[in-house]
Amino acid sequence: MNADARYTGAAIALHWTGAMLILLGAALGLFMTGLPLSPAKLRYYAWHKWIGITVFLVAAARLAWRAATPPPPLPQATPLWQARAAHAVHVLLYLLMLAIPLSGWLYSSATGVSVVYLNLVPLPNLVAKDKALAQALLVVHQSLNLTLAMMVAAHVGAAIKHQWIDRDGVMARMLPRRRAS
Amino acid sequence: MRLAAVLLLALAPLAAAQPVLYDKSEIRFVSKQMGADVEGRFRRWKADIDFRPADPAHSHAGFEIDLASIDLASEESEAELRKRDWFDTQRFPLATFRSTSIASTGENAYDIAGTLAIKGASRDVTVPVRLRKDAAGNAVAEGQFALKRLAFKVGEGPWSDTSAVADDVTVRVRITLGHAP
Repeated sequence: MNADARYTGAAIALHWTGAMLILLGAALGLFMTGLPLSPAKLRYYAWHKWIGITVFLVAAARLAWRAATPPPPLPQATPLWQARAAHAVHVLLYLLMLAIPLSGWLYSSATGVSVVYLNLVPLPNLVAKDKALAQALLVVHQSLNLTLAMMVAAHVGAAIKHQWIDRDGVMARMLPRRRAS
Repeated sequence: MRLAAVLLLALAPLAAAQPVLYDKSEIRFVSKQMGADVEGRFRRWKADIDFRPADPAHSHAGFEIDLASIDLASEESEAELRKRDWFDTQRFPLATFRSTSIASTGENAYDIAGTLAIKGASRDVTVPVRLRKDAAGNAVAEGQFALKRLAFKVGEGPWSDTSAVADDVTVRVRITLGHAP
């Protein structure tokens, strides 16, 4: 695999920033919901929302970057079904990275709690306060996250297979470049 | 609660009050949580209003708000607000407002001064109100005022931390009065 087949430095940085934020946001989300109500819990909710909006922004930046600098193609020998599966998972991952923060913002709006990104940028409420709608949106938010968890498992599983079973360098294209390799 | 009901019944025949159209009236509030607006309202309250636009000096307005009927972001936060640190609705089920003077401040504009009592604490407040007619010809009075929740010990203990929940609360009232019988 030649050096041209790597993702660009910006694409790699955005990928791993997004990945880290998604893990952090998901962990915080799972942790905070079970806590008894306290000032700390309100703080965690605010941070969770800020992380989610950042995930959305990173995903949008990645889509823009992808459009400008298309990602390297898969190896010639990739079976068609794998290429199609990889494409489908990537499309879903992008859709979920955009849809999950939006569903959270919608949910927050429906509970009557507005979002102020980083305590600086007030976002408008997308819907009026409505408990029944909030309940439905929470289920949507959770279901989308469950779907994301499955897609991430498929994505990571495939990367590991490429790296240690196929040994075809597909995963290495998204890793920061090592000094002597 | 029962005493309040008896009081209201006793007061009712005395006042030549206009009937409050509760389905067209609301008592809402906005507080700030982590810098973001949080909307809420009270589902159950009673008002005893005798408003004479041409004779504001002989008008009066009284409110009794069932604090346990709070509608907030979630059932969890509503339950929290009923606890001792917040409204302590077991001991202080009602918030009351009694006007002490009503004065005209311009065309269809009035200042309603009175005493607001929450959780055993009383404060003088002045509520600027604007009057208009709705399509059905009912009088609609709208006003808002700011209060400091800590002046009423609403949010004690860990909740006195105003970086999580701000001290300032904006109360918005809309009252629609039907025609006097």
